[in-house]
Amino acid sequence: MLQVRNLHKSFGGFKAVNGANLQVADGEIVAVIGPNGAGKTTLFNLITGILSPDGGQVMFKGEDITGLPAHRTCKKGITRSFQVVNIFSRLTVFENVRIAVLSQQGKTFNLFTPSRRLVTDETASILKSVGLMKKKDSVCGALSHGDQKVLEIAIALGGKPELLILDEPTAGMSPEETARCIDLIKELRSSMGLTILFCEHDMEIVFGIANRIMVMVRGATIIQGACDEVRCNQAVQDAYLGGGDVCSV
Amino acid sequence: MGARKSIVALVIVLAILAIAPLGLPRFYTYLIALIVTTGLLSTSLNFVLGFGGIYQFHHAVFYGAGAYGAAIMIAKLGYSGWLGFVAGPLVAAALSFIIGLICVRLSKLYFGMLQISLGSLVWAIVYRWYGFTGGDDGIHGIPMPELVGSPLGAYYFALIVGGLSLLVMHRILNSPFGSTLQGIRDNAVRSQAVGVNVRRHQLAAIVIAGFFGGVAGVLFVVVDNSVFPDMMFWTLSLEITIMALLGGWLTFLGPMLGAAVIVCLRTFVSGFTDYWTLILGILLVLVILFLPEGLLGYVLEAWKRRTSESAEG
Repeated sequence: MLQVRNLHKSFGGFKAVNGANLQVADGEIVAVIGPNGAGKTTLFNLITGILSPDGGQVMFKGEDITGLPAHRTCKKGITRSFQVVNIFSRLTVFENVRIAVLSQQGKTFNLFTPSRRLVTDETASILKSVGLMKKKDSVCGALSHGDQKVLEIAIALGGKPELLILDEPTAGMSPEETARCIDLIKELRSSMGLTILFCEHDMEIVFGIANRIMVMVRGATIIQGACDEVRCNQAVQDAYLGGGDVCSV
Repeated sequence: MGARKSIVALVIVLAILAIAPLGLPRFYTYLIALIVTTGLLSTSLNFVLGFGGIYQFHHAVFYGAGAYGAAIMIAKLGYSGWLGFVAGPLVAAALSFIIGLICVRLSKLYFGMLQISLGSLVWAIVYRWYGFTGGDDGIHGIPMPELVGSPLGAYYFALIVGGLSLLVMHRILNSPFGSTLQGIRDNAVRSQAVGVNVRRHQLAAIVIAGFFGGVAGVLFVVVDNSVFPDMMFWTLSLEITIMALLGGWLTFLGPMLGAAVIVCLRTFVSGFTDYWTLILGILLVLVILFLPEGLLGYVLEAWKRRTSESAEG
């Protein structure tokens, strides 16, 4: 579904992404891991068009989407959540998701129908699926951090994605919230048939839900493969997992 | 505030305004018409400023464009008044499209600075082009259609057109376009990520705001039968920005309230002292320090708190 080939991006002299490669097949859950500053978020920004790459290629469903602006990649079927909570803080939970649904349906240039009459069912069903329906009228700036992270995912779902990209979905969550979030991600794949690409620091989560793992170090892909293959790879252990023998864990 | 209560309040206000000329001296109807005109201008600015988060620092230029568009159509080119009234807002919308197209690629303060520059350029042209715009004298004694030729006719025209414009803007702000605009204000990157073409929506909002700024300009022509370059001087832009801040820039009717306060202050206090702007300045400092959401913003907030308390208790 998604192929990233030899992607490059520099900021000034700093090579944030320096030869990233990634394959995501239909229906897979793929994790990107790597130390802080490895370029994971930049990679996601390049795929979704928030940033434009200096070199390399991004193919989605056989189509070249390299450098396409964010609002276009979203319409192609790639939506994302953000690592640092990035929501419409003055609006309610419901309104947050509704904007995404309105945009997905191409209704944002409708000038005269009241918004409250449109897409309420679609919005409600998304909120139900992530368990935020009870809080739909809360101004989302006032939600707990965990709920805001879930709202992130809900907004991304509003774009009716085929490929959902989650940038550290559980960062800053309590253990209970994390458990709930993991269940949610699994549920999204099984019930909605979504393909999911995510990055995460918590190895338990990564090995728990990913089908395949891509490892980035200093902007470059060092390996992509099945969990066991990655876990036992010497280069990964040296670079990232601390050099100890984790293969037997 | 419940929708029904708001409608009742609105109807009462409209009814009072409708019968006001019967009991009030002519000066006061002129004053009310001026408040409606200036308030509409400030509301149209707030459409992009408060609801769009776009720093349109020189909005008055579209007020001037609407007024001059109508005045020149009527007084220089000899078209009928009604045609001039339609042409004014269209001229303003066209100008806002051109200026908006140039500025919209910049963000926040950079947008504001470029917008002031381009607006001032338009002002300079109008100020100097004696043959066409009347230069710094402006154009006076613009002939009006009979229906709006009398002060009373002008008053009702301003009231009706001003009211309709407010309704349309209110409607737009509650539409998907309005929701999207407010989403862009709160978080442009997120808006992009859900598939919104941010620049295109901002440009559309700028054109809509410019159009209604132009409508306000036409109202001024009808009420005052004259235009002059001060209408698009940057100080007026500052004044209507202050009105929006004073009244509450996150509320729809805040700018109208701000306009009422400032126009009254200017009219009545300037009779006693030349330093009325000093009083305005102190008032503004107090509002910014103690009521950062503006007068109406504060009232609505207090209202919400009371109703939620009584609902809980």
